[in-house]
Amino acid sequence: MLNIPCPWCGPRDETEFHYGQEAGVAYPENRDEISDELWAKFVFYRANPKGWHAERWVHSAGCRRWFNVWRNTINHEFGESYKPFEPQPKSPA
Amino acid sequence: MANKRLRTVELPEHPDFLWTQKSPKKSYDAIIVGGGGHGLATAYYLAKLHGMTNIAVLEKGWLGGGNMARNTTIIRSNYLWDESEGIYEHSLKLWEGLQEDVGYEMFFSQRGVMTLAHSVSDVRTKMRNYYANGVADIDSEWLTPAEVKKIAPVVNISDDIRYPVMGATYQPRAGIAKHDWVAWGYAKAAGDMGVDIIQNCEVTGMIIQDGKIQGVQTNQGDILAEKVALVGAGHSSVLAEMAGFQIPIQSRPLQALVSELLEQVLDTVIMSGMVHVYVSQAHKGELVMGAGTDAYNSYAQRGGFHVIEHQLSAAVELFPIFERAHLLRTWGGIVDTTPDASPIVGLTPVENLYLNCGWGTGGFKGTPGSGWVMAHTVATGQPHELNKGFNLNRFKTGHLIDEHGAAGVAH
Ligand SMILES: Cc1cc2nc3c(=O)[nH]c(=O)nc-3n(C[C@H](O)[C@H](O)[C@H](O)COP(=O)(O)OP(=O)(O)OC[C@H]3O[C@@H](n4cnc5c(N)ncnc54)[C@H](O)[C@@H]3O)c2cc1C
Ligand SMILES: [Zn+2]
Repeated sequence: MLNIPCPWCGPRDETEFHYGQEAGVAYPENRDEISDELWAKFVFYRANPKGWHAERWVHSAGCRRWFNVWRNTINHEFGESYKPFEPQPKSPA
Repeated sequence: MANKRLRTVELPEHPDFLWTQKSPKKSYDAIIVGGGGHGLATAYYLAKLHGMTNIAVLEKGWLGGGNMARNTTIIRSNYLWDESEGIYEHSLKLWEGLQEDVGYEMFFSQRGVMTLAHSVSDVRTKMRNYYANGVADIDSEWLTPAEVKKIAPVVNISDDIRYPVMGATYQPRAGIAKHDWVAWGYAKAAGDMGVDIIQNCEVTGMIIQDGKIQGVQTNQGDILAEKVALVGAGHSSVLAEMAGFQIPIQSRPLQALVSELLEQVLDTVIMSGMVHVYVSQAHKGELVMGAGTDAYNSYAQRGGFHVIEHQLSAAVELFPIFERAHLLRTWGGIVDTTPDASPIVGLTPVENLYLNCGWGTGGFKGTPGSGWVMAHTVATGQPHELNKGFNLNRFKTGHLIDEHGAAGVAH
């Protein structure tokens, strides 16, 4: 089981969390104008790297807040976590 | 059902070598990246049906080291939408003649697959599926709890459990096969027709000129090819990135487990999407069980033990007799999930480069069908009628093939 570093509560068991995929995907701005291609990217395409991945989790059974964290998808090692709207720390790679 | 059997069976001895170890030639008419079931089946049908034998399958590890020999081998075709019924039923028909066609034992056993429903909405969803299958001429039955019990006496149909059994769909022609033997059968038959099967050959880059594929870079040197097919399952995003485009795939761990060898207590396959467990009893007698994916992206081929615990607690409630079985072994694979739980099989933004991925948690059953349509696509440069709908473009056009209901947790 993963031991996930919540930036508010500290490390907790994975079963307290839900996963939110890639971090920092913004809602498109000029929504009336953008192409189907860009909508498709926003709705369906998420990063899927082999290696360090900046991703979102929500601490559902704890503080119930969303946050972001770096995690390595090869060995499940965690890097730094950061709160929403905080600048993204550099990839540990 | 001729293949149905009630006793455990001895498996034959393993053969020595089934295909020759080769080093890559300088160039091929076509290269298939990925030596899982789908890659090997693609090679087999390219050679057999399209006369393309100057081709190679490149596998970074060993044949069947990916999902092919990690899955729980459930085969069925009772999906919801026309496109899926088309490709999965075509696949099931190929399964029905596969051992003879390929000339290799695969222990294909049509023992039926039962999908349980546990709530009113679950019943409605499954009923809808059952009627859709009727319209598409796919064998499907609706079972009451008593009928479930008659086919599988070990199921607990009492209504005092958390998720009581309220009915089930049943596909009698569905079943299981022995996955590693399927890979070997395809590999042997393809090798016999002249296909080069090259293990320990990792593709590390794509050679592309003017938007057209020219070959691949590998740890065994550059290999040129007229056409390249990417059939890398869990690693599909990594391969697409090498070719300069993105695909809507998330790679997730999917785990399974087996018990010790037991007397035969279950001669069909039972799935339950709602409580997240499915089970069959393999030829030698071990219970084979699987569950849903772990929550997060991963390339580690392992997942968390709490997922196993969760699936076992559901299993013990549904099958009280399993309480005393022992967990012998668990493992995981990397499955390539898509937003609509349907595969992506067809053309890519790069000319002469083809893509087959996104089979997620349920592509073993699709192995023959997937290879068959992929071979057509590679040989002719155009998708077959059966894989036309499974194009990469559908995420832009919105023509999704949403199989979350029929694929669900499962397989
Ligand atoms: C635990 C588990 C249970 C499952 N249960 C079922 C089930 O009951 N029924 C069902 O229908 N499906 C099931 N599946 C899904 C099924 O196994 C997959 O959908 C299917 O095997 C995928 O196709 P494949 O066999 O070609 O994949 P793989 O066997 O994964 O083949 C892909 C191959 O590509 C190779 N590769 C990747 N990158 C490179 C590279 N750069 N260079 C060279 N080679 C590369 C990999 O090493 C791998 O061998 C299950 C999967 C898992 C993990
Ligand atoms: Zn918290």
